[in-house]
Amino acid sequence: MIGGLFIYNHKGEVLISRVYRDDIGRNAVDAFRVNVIHARQQVRSPVTNIARTSFFHVKRSNIWLAAVTKQNVNAAMVFEFLYKMCDVMTAYFGKISEENIKNNFVLIYELLDEILDFGYPQNSETGALKTFITQTGIKSQSKEEQSQITSQVTGQIGWRREGIKYRRNELFLDVLESVNLLMSPQGQVLSAHVSGRVVMKSYLSGMPECKFGMNDKIVIDKQGKGGASEEAAAGKSDLGGSGGGGGKQSIAIDDCTFHQCVRLSKFDAERSISFIPPDGECELMRYRTTKDIILPFRVIPLVREVGRTKLEVKVVIKSNFKPSLLAQKIEVRIPTPLNTSGVQVICMKGKAKYKASENAIVWKIKRMAGMKESQISAEIELLPTNDKKKWARPPISMNFEVPFAPSGLKVRYLKVFEPKLNYSDHDVIKWVRYIGRSGIYETRC
Amino acid sequence: MTDSKYFTTTKKGEIFELKAELNSDKKEKKKEAVKKVIASMTVGKDVSALFPDVVNCMQTDNLELKKLVYLYLMNYAKSQPDMAIMAVNTFVKDCEDPNPLIRALAVRTMGCIRVDKITEYLCEPLRKCLKDEDPYVRKTAAVCVAKLHDINAQLVEDQGFLDTLKDLISDSNPMVVANAVAALSEIAESHPNSNLLDLNPQSINKLLTALNECTEWGQIFILDCLANYTPRDDRESQSICERVTPRLSHANSAVVLSAVKVLMKFMEMLPKDLDYYGTLLKKLAPPLVTLLSAEPELQYVALRNINLIVQKRPEILKHEMKVFFVKYNDPIYVKLEKLDIMIRLASQANIAQVLAELKEYATEVDVDFVRKAVRAIGRCAIKVEQSAERCVSTLLDLIQTKVNYVVQEAIVVIKDIFRKYPNKYESVIATLCENLDSLDEPEARAAMIWIVGEYAERIDNADELLESFLEGFHDESTQVQLQLLTAIVKLFLKKPTETQELVQQVLSLATQDSDNPDLRDRGYIYWRLLSTDPVAAKEVVLAEKPLISEETDLIEPTLLEELICHIGTLASVYHKPPSAFVEGSRGVMHKRLPARTGSGEGTECPDVGNAAGGSAPEAAPSIIPSQGDLLGDLLNLDLPAVLLPLMGAGFGAAPAVMPASLNAPVGGGLGDLFDLGGGVGMPMGAYIPPKTVWLPAMKAKGLEISGTFARRAGVIQMELVLTNKAMSVMTDFAIQFNRNSFGLAPAGPLQVLTPLGPNQTIEVSLPLSTVGPVMKMDPLNNLQVAVKNNIDVFYFSCQYPISMLFVEDGKMERQVFLATWKDIPNDNESQFQIQDCHLNSEAASNKLQGSNIFTIAKRTVEGQDMLYMSIKLSNGIWVLAELKVQAGNPNYTISLKCRAPEVSQCVFQCYEAVLKN
Repeated sequence: MIGGLFIYNHKGEVLISRVYRDDIGRNAVDAFRVNVIHARQQVRSPVTNIARTSFFHVKRSNIWLAAVTKQNVNAAMVFEFLYKMCDVMTAYFGKISEENIKNNFVLIYELLDEILDFGYPQNSETGALKTFITQTGIKSQSKEEQSQITSQVTGQIGWRREGIKYRRNELFLDVLESVNLLMSPQGQVLSAHVSGRVVMKSYLSGMPECKFGMNDKIVIDKQGKGGASEEAAAGKSDLGGSGGGGGKQSIAIDDCTFHQCVRLSKFDAERSISFIPPDGECELMRYRTTKDIILPFRVIPLVREVGRTKLEVKVVIKSNFKPSLLAQKIEVRIPTPLNTSGVQVICMKGKAKYKASENAIVWKIKRMAGMKESQISAEIELLPTNDKKKWARPPISMNFEVPFAPSGLKVRYLKVFEPKLNYSDHDVIKWVRYIGRSGIYETRC
Repeated sequence: MTDSKYFTTTKKGEIFELKAELNSDKKEKKKEAVKKVIASMTVGKDVSALFPDVVNCMQTDNLELKKLVYLYLMNYAKSQPDMAIMAVNTFVKDCEDPNPLIRALAVRTMGCIRVDKITEYLCEPLRKCLKDEDPYVRKTAAVCVAKLHDINAQLVEDQGFLDTLKDLISDSNPMVVANAVAALSEIAESHPNSNLLDLNPQSINKLLTALNECTEWGQIFILDCLANYTPRDDRESQSICERVTPRLSHANSAVVLSAVKVLMKFMEMLPKDLDYYGTLLKKLAPPLVTLLSAEPELQYVALRNINLIVQKRPEILKHEMKVFFVKYNDPIYVKLEKLDIMIRLASQANIAQVLAELKEYATEVDVDFVRKAVRAIGRCAIKVEQSAERCVSTLLDLIQTKVNYVVQEAIVVIKDIFRKYPNKYESVIATLCENLDSLDEPEARAAMIWIVGEYAERIDNADELLESFLEGFHDESTQVQLQLLTAIVKLFLKKPTETQELVQQVLSLATQDSDNPDLRDRGYIYWRLLSTDPVAAKEVVLAEKPLISEETDLIEPTLLEELICHIGTLASVYHKPPSAFVEGSRGVMHKRLPARTGSGEGTECPDVGNAAGGSAPEAAPSIIPSQGDLLGDLLNLDLPAVLLPLMGAGFGAAPAVMPASLNAPVGGGLGDLFDLGGGVGMPMGAYIPPKTVWLPAMKAKGLEISGTFARRAGVIQMELVLTNKAMSVMTDFAIQFNRNSFGLAPAGPLQVLTPLGPNQTIEVSLPLSTVGPVMKMDPLNNLQVAVKNNIDVFYFSCQYPISMLFVEDGKMERQVFLATWKDIPNDNESQFQIQDCHLNSEAASNKLQGSNIFTIAKRTVEGQDMLYMSIKLSNGIWVLAELKVQAGNPNYTISLKCRAPEVSQCVFQCYEAVLKN
């Protein structure tokens, strides 16, 4: 198991050091600094073995988090734990920075004592932790409160406490998708996938039992065969968002994973998503699709080398969604060779600039409606070099945001039952929003 | 709320200040002081001096302060065991506290204090906490048993904590179950045979129930524990799989990977024709692909594991090639792993796409990545025959870029392509040869040399090319040297007439001037082969080569099985068994996949992957190293164990191309190896001059060297006595000779294995060969020597008795002797007097024979014994002698005749020395 956990600043100074196992000595702290942080060559693996001690590290801005062990630990678990540790810290004091860590070191030690025991990760849900690890010293808890805390920390529903009350029961669903594309210069899709997340913010009283439905092909097909079920009836509810693509009825989800509140065995058996949500925000589900993706933009590059000292670049972008919808924050990044001496750009729409420090022409368009087209052309002057190596021509990348889900996913319903309290599904105010963003959206040129 | 100020106190005397603050009456001030102490502790300052003062703050109802004090205690208790006892009372009291959070805190901290005296006091509170009414305390106590076991295993057993821990597996609270499982699993690892976990269908059922209810971490503990269980039959195996598969949708990648581990393991037991088996295979792919959208560090762990899974069950991901395409912004460690998997998944169906990708990668910036991409193109050619042509043309395009490392990498893989498809792509050799000069890496040089050697008959200037490499032979790496040796021998066998000199040169470089035993051995083997039976040599050296394997870097099947049992863990990241990187007893136990037993016993499918049975012919592709030891097979040949006569007859069979002078070094060199000495009579020991001081200590910073030369069993030895007369220890001895008249050279390194201490003396004998570089010295038998040690390099010269160079087969046939005697012009005859010698002719003859001076005939003329003798020097020079011994006259007369009269003087000296001793 994890033998120790260290946090360093960018200089390699230790900010936090907590050792859980006897086999980890103080020299481990230095070993990591010398061999990884100060290493002459950039370390090429997130797992490093130094003198039979294994170091796992992640970096958040310029802070290094390192877990140390001498045993054959579950490596995936260690990284998951490190990410979780970051989440917990962020939930407590915001951004992970040297300043914030130093300001909260006592709190961090307290957290580390609680969420890692003898190197075994324990309950690390912020919701539960915040009930008894506070920065204001000990609250004089009553006996009931104490046992409520312990039962929540260890219990089956460790992510939610009892007795939550809201005057207005409200929930927000965000379908956030990032669409990834790799396209050949000829316009052939080399790979494309959408990785999506359903983020739920809930302000519901009591221990509400929720059921979530979407246009999952498997479920829809099953219903088509089995006739109208209760879900189909519930499908009437007005949650269906306005997708950007055609009238696709259902989508094929390659794979999905759920927040630990979702009953996985039920999903496995019936493909229904039921859960008791944590209070506040949680990422209910992640999913991935690869079929029938709506690619919001198409990039058509044209690069011509004119002699050894000049390049002509022309890039056309086409938007491919309903004309009534608007894409925002559009940015096209056209890489330029390292020996660029000057660039002249002409673009029809938006603003374009050559950024020498980033070796790229950055073309920004604030808004663009669907089924439109725009173009940029640039002349790039090159300094003659005797460097024989050819310019690697990195791909042209794009950023954007569109108000629909490129996967075609639609929320069909989210039903809430709370048998003990007297509010019904109809009393809950529900909001759904779809945002599609570019992930790694690249076209080779 | 700015605790950061605590990090900045660096002034002197702060310990005293802190001490005062710790003892302050004000609670706030106390707390502040403890915070400062903890901050100092974090940055590595020693604040152990404050131990009693900090412990005094322990008695408080402020939980935050208490936790800080505990933190301090955990760090320093071990260095102050006596003082730590002061804390015991508080701990024991806290374990009785009405607040479960405080009870748990106390038992958790106590377990972390590794002081024997404290652990004694821990037992009672721990026993209570294990049965506490509050699950939070119980789950903490469960882990505490593992802590205590780590400190004092015997105590845990004696106190019966293990049984209590086992009971906790049936606890009503899922987290208690999970922690108990984790603790038991860890304890069980250090008792491999204890059957501590005692997994049976009932307990498995309990674990599977808890699996649905506990935290993500708990699920990992339980899944990892389940993976150690071996189900009784395929039905049980299936039912466990069915209950584990829902975990594949968990958001936590570690849960997913641990579930994959359980499934991969238990799948082994399922009959392949079962519907469920196919379903399960299909279910495994999507979650594995999803892992690739996790954070990069987890992607790395996932990819390392997928690499194993793809080797074990290629069918799972065979349609998922695209997800392994490299993204421009992937961290390098992800890119490299993806490439590996791409090569493994490459097949005829997807090769076009893969090649297009690889070509793209080969133009990227990162050198390692580009190299690997180029290498991957070569692997594709070997794996998918239909693509070979396109791969080769892609590689040629890349060679045209002239990017140094791309060219080198391309040449290395083209070599493998030649191996796989002989006589198909030789047209590219010309292009390759153009780049000869830019190759500076051993692997690429070796590959190029191999190609030249292999296709020597089609490359007009193969000999020139190889010769150009030969110039710097000694500066090359072993890999290149071996390859060059083989290539030139191949060339010689293919074009014998023009390359005698070259082959001679390389053989002598390999056997005489090299310290590398592999190189020497290979050199000798070739030499013998060539000199014995060139036809056989041809058969051996130009033999058909075994097929090159399609896959590279395949993990050896038993290791792969073990690693599959370790999916998700460090072992699967390193691709090494835990014993390779874990110290002590933990993890040394080797895990294996279960054998398929099956209640239904499907006899109709005997080819089911029963890998664990050990006989898995389908899963055992023969692995042939893709590069390097092409001659490995040569060494397995049964070389005829006969010691062939090295001269004459044996060689006569060889075509006339073999230069006669090859003989001499063979004799000298191989004599060392095969110890020919035994065959030749040696009635008396050879003459060994007494040791003389060659290098006085004065001249060599305290190192005195004296020594002599001897010929023992046909081996010339330099016998050295090294004495350290200095005050410091001498190490790192080495020796070198200057060029000399007879090509004497050390046949091995100077064997001074232990450092030579002051006033110590060590005797070393250094075998010499006579195949070193030759230069005429004056006097002829002068030898200039350099000896190096850790202090300096020293030079001296000494003279060796030429008798050492007299070889054992120096007895000439009578007729030959007569003819030779007549043949040598009289100008070459020299006469010497040996005085004061009181031996009779018989005794003299015997004595001389001991030094390889052979009497061929004896004649008595007028009371004078005329002895006719022959001597052969190691370099093939014959010396003929006529010794006149007159009874009663102590003065002998000796006439020496030799084609090289320069040696006569030395030979005479030898006679004198031998006869007078």
